[in-house]
Parts: sequence; structure tokens; C-alpha cells
Amino acid sequence: MAAFGSFALLIGLMLAAYNLVVGATALRLIAVGRKTAFSPERMAETARRAGIAGFVAVTAAAFALVWSVFHNDFSIEYIVEHSNRALPAPYKFAALWSGQEGSLILWAWLLGAYGFVLRLRHKIDVKLHAYAGTILAGVQVFFLLLLTFATHPFAGVRGGVVPEDGNGLNPLLQYPEMVIHPPMLYLGYVGFTIPFAFALGALMMRYPGEKWIHITRRWTIVTWMFLSIGISLGMHWAYAVLGWGGYWGWDPVEIASVMPWLTGTAFLHSVMMQEKRGMMKSWNVWLIFTTFMLSILGTLLTRAGLVSSVHAFAQSSIGDWFVWFLVLVMAVCLFTYILQRDHLKSEHRIESLVSRESSFLFNNLVLLLVCFAFLWGTLFPVISEYVQGTKTTLSGAYYVHVAVPIGVFLLLLTGIGPLLAWRSSSLKSMRRNFLLPGIAFVVTAAACLAAGLKPWADEGVFYSLMTFSLAAAVTTAISSEFLRGAGVLRRQTGKNLLASMVLLVRRNTRRYGGYIVHLGLVIIFIGFAGYAFNRSAEMPMGPGDKMQIGPYTLVNLGNTQESNANYDSEFSQLDVYENGKKILDQPMAPEKRVYLVNGVPQTMVANHSTLRWDLYLVYEGRSSDNGLPIIKAFLNPLVAWIWIGVAWVVFGTLVALVPSLSPSRATVTAAAPAAVITRRPAVVTGGGD
Amino acid sequence: MAFWGTRLKLLPRGLVRMVQLVLIAAVVCFSLGATDAAGRFDDLGHKMMCQCGCGQVLLECNHVGCPVSGGMRDELTTAIASGQNDSLILQSFVQKYGAVVLAAPTTQGFDLVAWIMPFAVSIVALGGTIMLVRHWAKNQPKLAASTPVSPAQARVEDAMRERIRRETEGL
Repeated sequence: MAAFGSFALLIGLMLAAYNLVVGATALRLIAVGRKTAFSPERMAETARRAGIAGFVAVTAAAFALVWSVFHNDFSIEYIVEHSNRALPAPYKFAALWSGQEGSLILWAWLLGAYGFVLRLRHKIDVKLHAYAGTILAGVQVFFLLLLTFATHPFAGVRGGVVPEDGNGLNPLLQYPEMVIHPPMLYLGYVGFTIPFAFALGALMMRYPGEKWIHITRRWTIVTWMFLSIGISLGMHWAYAVLGWGGYWGWDPVEIASVMPWLTGTAFLHSVMMQEKRGMMKSWNVWLIFTTFMLSILGTLLTRAGLVSSVHAFAQSSIGDWFVWFLVLVMAVCLFTYILQRDHLKSEHRIESLVSRESSFLFNNLVLLLVCFAFLWGTLFPVISEYVQGTKTTLSGAYYVHVAVPIGVFLLLLTGIGPLLAWRSSSLKSMRRNFLLPGIAFVVTAAACLAAGLKPWADEGVFYSLMTFSLAAAVTTAISSEFLRGAGVLRRQTGKNLLASMVLLVRRNTRRYGGYIVHLGLVIIFIGFAGYAFNRSAEMPMGPGDKMQIGPYTLVNLGNTQESNANYDSEFSQLDVYENGKKILDQPMAPEKRVYLVNGVPQTMVANHSTLRWDLYLVYEGRSSDNGLPIIKAFLNPLVAWIWIGVAWVVFGTLVALVPSLSPSRATVTAAAPAAVITRRPAVVTGGGD
Repeated sequence: MAFWGTRLKLLPRGLVRMVQLVLIAAVVCFSLGATDAAGRFDDLGHKMMCQCGCGQVLLECNHVGCPVSGGMRDELTTAIASGQNDSLILQSFVQKYGAVVLAAPTTQGFDLVAWIMPFAVSIVALGGTIMLVRHWAKNQPKLAASTPVSPAQARVEDAMRERIRRETEGL
């Protein structure tokens, strides 16, 4: 199977190279109008088909690796390093992306799959798809070169002696979410290649109008959704597995995954300006170029060992390949932009500082500033080592000081944007629109202070207070948008408010789906704000011992040891009481596992989650003094809101993906000024923002 | 500044006063801090990194059998109990473990750049964008004068515009 996989990769590389070279030649010939014996159009078609066949070849290679894992083929080094006989089946599947070679195959396969769909849909716009397909082939050539010559997944076992068993999967990855977190993240990372390819292709061919944006809109939204899900699954995994009581450790690789998300979010907003007003064309092109390059940078950071990271399991020596690839991509983008920049002149300019356009611009700017702060923080240790010889560490403390204020400002903009009119907002309309959100802000802030929040005592509490207050203001602003629109429809159609609201959303799914996403982000921010109020306690606990945390009393029922083919485990069972009353039927059981194959320990957290807070228990190991298990308990407020918010974001994104109802016409039977209205009835249609 | 002055005058005085109070409260928030031993332990423990290689903040390193964090915590407790001030404690940790022990850069020398850069870029970017948008707004091309309309017709058109704006704003 190793020979089959290697051969499939080689075939995939040749097909991708054919697609790139012949596709680019054909497009050049078409552009200059030169006639040849073999028509350029037919050449482009063969290139497209080579792209499709390339996907089949990469699929075969990925299949070969998965097949080898399931059949315990320890003649392959990768299988030895990332699997063993006792590994449960779902984790054997996860072994595909648990190491560098496998994850690069996954990347190439996903790129092939996206390209497959793109090439099948080429009739939408044959020429633009040919450009995009050729650019995708260029990216695919890079990854297949890497897989074939730098980090071969089917390389034979070192020393030539086939072992009886493998080293097993990294225990940290043996968790259900780890089976879906990396593919989701990769779907996001890789997916941004599609809008990148369309943007670069459209610029190369001086594609008229904004059709490339319409074509890529769904691709971008789907990609953004996958990246959002991937990031949040990673957060949930860290929360449930790493056992330090938090979901975000400001690890460079975590940050690297958020950077393309930030620029992708900015792109999703700013393309609306281009569609509606023909503005920010250069900005949009560079946003998507940057997003793609940040996706590559994230992969580079994971693998090059440039910065210290808990994701060190994927580190290797292929960083240079990524650096040169980034340089090449940057050069191509810059060259194309300089050559074609006159094609990107804006048709309009912003007319007022207080307008919807302005809010989009500032929203973009703030997203990029957060991205810059993250990039700066990630790379500063490298820069400081270069400048002063010593590596300066930047942990959560730095990011909390730098990024959190900008993030709170972004939350503010989330609420302000929808309240401003396109082109220009009058002071009167601003007063009218901002009154309710302003009241919500002040009332919430007062309520928080009355409830005992002391923002003067702690910086985190101050930001939490601001977040709660802004969340109330933004929720009010978005709700009033829904109510106002639904109110107009209710008057026109006679339906009730709820039905009118559903109709409103269906008429413009993109806009109202977007608002639902904003609401989801507000909920997530509320969850983040709870972090300032985290509490923890720890103690060695024998049977019958009690620990108090918040309103909960934990009573240890006993400590147990168990074994299976994969690991030994120790766990405690703790009953939870609140005000003397047992609140859980089953005891909580924090656990520590030690994997037999490599002796690596891992914590399995026990978590009781409510909307108010999570009671989160960690089995830390045995005390060196008395041999009793040390139980660490955390009380983490509002964490569940984060996961609910993510679900809202996904729901909103799905709504935005549904096509809007075709413009329906509803005649307004309105009164004054009667002379005008009765002669020329107003028409309410869907579509547009 | 004249632009903002005019805008501020148009805002209700109560609102301006409230914004001023919020800003003063924010300044007060950051000028106060915890001084008790437990608070100092928590504060200092979050300003340092565990040196076992886990990449976690000292007080958040909980991996099983960490050979370093326990000792570092004890050192911190002893240092606080001996009456040293926070700065001295951090310095002694830096001398022992190197600058890499600090969870965030200091505010001296090149490290200061780490703190300044994001805010400097933010100020320049936001200020530059505001100036650019104001420049664009001032230099909008003038619309060609339309044919004169009677006052009655103008009133009807204004009413229509307002109505269209009102009814389509939410769509």
C-alpha cells in the first residue's frame, strides 16, 4: 500500500503541474489572442480535467495512508509514530492528521476537493474559473512537492526493522473533538485558497465588475464558518483536555488560527462596500491575499518551531519551504497588483464620517489592528531575540492588555454599524437610533455596579463591566433592527410579528443572517467576560474529605484505579452538594490516564456546566506528602455562553447561506401624501443590505 | 477640533457629563490595586512563566508531576514573606531564570516597543483614516443643479424621501 500511496502522490503532482503549466499557457495565449494548432480553449479544458484527475490521485494517496493505519502497517514510519494496535478505530482515523506528513496530505486532499467542486462548476464563468483553477493548481503543486520530496508520508521505517507495535497516538489527541477539530480548521485554512484564487485570477484578467465576489461569497462564508467551528472546537478541546481550567492559552498557534479569521471577517464585511458602492476594491483584494498568506503563516508557525508552542508535536524542518512559498505568493500578488492597480479604482468615496460605509471601514480597521496586535505578539519573541539576544516571552498578560481593549471597541462597532444609514446619517436619526441602546448600556452598567462588580479593583472586572454593558447595547440595537423591519412588514402583509420577522429574514438572509452572527458574537463576548470572575481551590482528598468552592461542597466518595488495553487510569468520585442538597445523580469523576504504549499521562476533566458557571474538576495526581489524590476545582462563570454563542454564529452563518426569497412585490396601501402614493405605489423588495 | 466641538455642543449636556464620569472612573480603576500577600502572590504568579517548558503562566501550570512550578511557587511565597517589593522579586527571578521567566515584556529598553507598537499603530491608523474620510467628505463632487421646483412640490418630495427612508431603513 505504501508503494501505491507514493505512486498516487507522484501522479497527483504531475497532474497538478500539468494543470498549472498548460492552464497558464492557455490563458496567456487567450489573453494575447494568438492562434495555435491546438486551440488554447481546448488546452485550458485539458488542464481543468487534469485538476479533476489530480483530486482522484490525492484521494487515493490519502486512502492509502488511512488503510495502512487501520491495517497496522508498521513498515511505514508514519504509522509507527502515530498509531498502535490498541488504538480505538476513530483515533486511527485521526492519525491521518496527527502528524506532519498526514496533516499535509489532508491539506492537499481538501485543496483537491475544493478544486474539484470549483472545476465542476466552471460553466458559471469558464474563463474566470480557468484562472482560479490554475492558481489553485499552483498551490497544490507546492503541497505535493513538499509531500513527495521533503516529508514523505509513506517513507519506510527507520533501520528497516518492522516493529511489532507502534508508538501510539499522542494522548492529547485521543479525545472525540480531536477527531473533528483539525479537519474543520483545515477546511477553513484551505478554503480561503478559493476566494484568494478568484481574487488573484480576476485581477490578472482584469475581470469587469464584482461578479467574482458574487461567485466566491458562499465559498468565503462557508470557509469562515468552518474556521470558526475549528477554532471553537480547539477551545473546547483545550478546556476539556489540557486541564488548566481555561479554554484559551494565548499559544502562538492558537493565535495564528485567529489571524486569518480576523482578516476573513474583515473581508466578508468590506466586500459589501464593493458590491453596493464600488468602493474599497484594492482593500478587498489585499484583504483576501492577506487572509490566504496568514493561513500559510499559521501552518508555518505550527511546523517551523519559530516560536514555543504546545502544538510542538507537529514541528519539523520544513519551515523553509513555507517561508519561500510565502515569499513567492507575496511577490506574485504584489506584481499582479502593481500591474493591474488601475483596474481597482473606486467608483465612489465615503461621503461622511458618520455613515454605514464609515462603520464598515472602521470595523475593518479594528479587525486588522487586532490581527496586527496578535501578529506582533506572536513574532515579538523572534524579533527580540534577533535584536537583543534574549527571547522575550509574551503570554496572556500581554494580550489581555493589548488586544482586549481593541476587542471591546470592536464589540462597540458591532452595535453601531447597523444603526447608521448608508452615505450619511443625520444627527436626528442617530439620536433616534442610539437612544435605546444607550439606555440599555447605562442600565446594564448600573445593574452590574449594584450587583457588586468593582471595576476599580481589577482591570479584568472593568473590561467585563464594559463587555456586559456593550453586549446589552448591541443586543438592543440588533433587536430593534429586527423589530423595526418586522413592524414594516407586519403593516404591509397583516401577518403577526413573529411571521413578519421570519419573512424579513427570508427576504434578506444575508443581512439578517449577519445580524444573527453578531448576536452570537455578543453571547461569546459575554462568555469571555466571565473569565474575570474565575475561582479555584485545590487539596489532597481522601475518602470522605470535603472541599468548598463557591456554593458547592464536594465530597470524595473514593478513589479508584482501572486499566484497559490502551491506558491505566486513576479517578476520584465526588458528590456535589449545594446548600446541603445533592445536585447531581451521578458523582463527578475527574481522571488521570497513563497510556501504556508511551507512558504519557493525560488529565480527563469532569465538568458540570450550567448557564451560570462551570464546576470543573481536575485530578492533578497524587500528593508526594501523603499519597492522596490532589483535586483541583475551578468555578468558571459563563463559559457555557461561549459554546452557545458559537452555535448561534453557525446558525446565523447557515441562514446567510440560504438564498433570499426572490424579490416579492407588496403594494403599500398607504395614506398621505395620497396624491403621490396612489399614483405610484411603493414597492418593497428583498435583496440588498 | 472645530468639527468635534460643534458635535459635542449638539449632544445633551447630561450625556457629555456621563462620558466624563465614565472616563474618570476608568482612570481611577487602573490607579488602584491589591496589596495583601495573597493578592500579591496571585498577581506576581501571573506575571511569570513556569520554566518546565510547558509554556504556561506559573500559577496555571498544573501538569502532573511538574518538577519546576512547585519550587517556583515556594520561592515566590518566601520572597513575599521576606518583605521584598514586587519589582525586586521579579528582578530576582529574572536573575535566576533569565528574562524568559517574565510572562510579559518589561517596560524598559527594547521591550517597551512590544507595548507601544500596537497602540502606536492603532492611533496612526485610526487617526489617518479619520483624516482621510473627512478629506473625502469635504471634497465630494458637487451635484449638477436640477431644474427648479416649486415649494409645494419640494415639500411633497421631502415627505416622500422621508417616508421611503423610514420604510426601507429596516429592510
